[in-house]
Amino acid sequence: MIINYYGFRAIYLHEMDRFRRTLLQSLISPVLSTSLYFIVFGSVIGNYVQNIDGISYGSYIVPGLIMLTLLTQAISNTSFGIFFPKFNGSLYEILAAPISTFEMVLAFVGAGATKTLVIGVVILLTSNFFVEVSILHPLLMIFLLVLVAITFALFGFLIGLLSSNFEQMSIIPTLVITPMVFLGGSLYSLDMLPPFWQTVTYFNPVVYLINGLRFAFYGSSDFNIWISIGSMIFFLVACISVVAYVLKKGYTIKS
Amino acid sequence: MTQNLISINKLSKTYSNGLQALKDVSLDIKKGEIIAMLGPNGAGKTTLISIICGIVTPSSGEVNVDGFDIIKNYRETRSKIGLVPQELTLENFETVFNNVSYTRGLYGKAPNAQYVEKILKDLYLWDKKDDILRQLSGGMKRRVLIAKALSHEPSILFLDEPTAGVDVELRKDMWKVVERLRENGVTIILTTHYIEEAEAIADRVAVINHGEIIVVDQKKDLLSKMGRKKLRIDLHEKAEVIPESLMKYDLELSNNKLSITYSYDTQKQRTGITNLLQDLRDQGLKLKDLKTEESTLEKIFVTLVKENNDN
Repeated sequence: MIINYYGFRAIYLHEMDRFRRTLLQSLISPVLSTSLYFIVFGSVIGNYVQNIDGISYGSYIVPGLIMLTLLTQAISNTSFGIFFPKFNGSLYEILAAPISTFEMVLAFVGAGATKTLVIGVVILLTSNFFVEVSILHPLLMIFLLVLVAITFALFGFLIGLLSSNFEQMSIIPTLVITPMVFLGGSLYSLDMLPPFWQTVTYFNPVVYLINGLRFAFYGSSDFNIWISIGSMIFFLVACISVVAYVLKKGYTIKS
Repeated sequence: MTQNLISINKLSKTYSNGLQALKDVSLDIKKGEIIAMLGPNGAGKTTLISIICGIVTPSSGEVNVDGFDIIKNYRETRSKIGLVPQELTLENFETVFNNVSYTRGLYGKAPNAQYVEKILKDLYLWDKKDDILRQLSGGMKRRVLIAKALSHEPSILFLDEPTAGVDVELRKDMWKVVERLRENGVTIILTTHYIEEAEAIADRVAVINHGEIIVVDQKKDLLSKMGRKKLRIDLHEKAEVIPESLMKYDLELSNNKLSITYSYDTQKQRTGITNLLQDLRDQGLKLKDLKTEESTLEKIFVTLVKENNDN
């Protein structure tokens, strides 16, 4: 057995089946919350905000809201995927199976990224009901969505690996990611901030992700697109390195 | 000569908290045999199994399964092994059928609904195939764990306390399953607290204490080598003390003074029974009844562990 295709397939389908079983929580919930954002920010507040870079406010916030959903869903789906078998003890069968660490991570992250992309597409379709959305660079948008889904699914996998209880697992998405997305220009342009806060925002990596996606949609960004792509690839490589190190050490899953 | 399927050579494990769970353990397990590993809690049984299965990393030593190293050739070794863990660790929200099929896939086997159906029928689980795992009783969950361990047609099966917490009927059912597996050539390594279980189904017994194997032998040989017999002699009338002339027999007088127990070694050429009975008659003690009782594996196990602890 050079590669364990059926082992990879088993984990991938098992995770996708969890998505199906929890469809209400996995799909309906993000769609509902994003719809509420569009109603409150896009329709109500948006009517009082002038166009940004020639884009209506409702349309302007679409990439930011997609990114918010993508990041939180990628992290929560994959962190839960690996944490749950660790929590209930059923992880033993993955550790005892003839499957490599790489195949295992690929299956969990692949399933997490797939779920995230499904949700991302649904959010994109939902946003069309509320505002006018145009996609100037569709291939770039797909590339960025896939890259972000994979990178943050891997980040979620890392959180799930390192967490020893449910509280720890929710700390980073709730206390780190969500504030970073909101403060990363998801609902406003960086030009609208005072110079000091603009400088502070440059240290928020999510800013580059949101701007990259906004560029794919409308050709408008606070940064060069290559800075956005470069920062995403840097974060992906960092996640791969840390996950590889943690798994090699067997931390929290193998004595 | 029978082929060794598993060779464990000087295996040691020290956990990060400093606990030395295994100390230079060496053991060969032959193809097709059932070996029971007995030992008190914390003796190192589960650690040993976990290392062979790939769940725990050894500190030193090596293990070969069918000629393959468990670390370098982990795909070959793990695909041959099925594991029934001690704890009832199952995904609670899946159906029995899907969960057993999932394990088959993990071990690199193509989906095979007919084979999964056969296992579930063999383990009397077929009528539960669509039930959600959390709805099952503890005994049923235990059967599901066995079904999962067999789902990829392993040639080696590790049963870590397989009948812990199950009722007598289910325990006997499981013994039948184990017997059928043995007939199909599956090598079985069993850890158990129920010595009766080892006595009923094992070919060989290994006793582990404080991370070391203190005895490993054929069950029959162990019983005959270490087993002692007791002769209980019931008396017609009370004997207040053991007479001086009978002291050499190391007799035990019961609390009610109405019976005497004599322990003897069946392996010895002379058991001393004839002389004892003659001496009892000479002392004027009238015999009412005679009974013999053989040492069980449990008594041997307790003696071995006690001696090991004392040392």
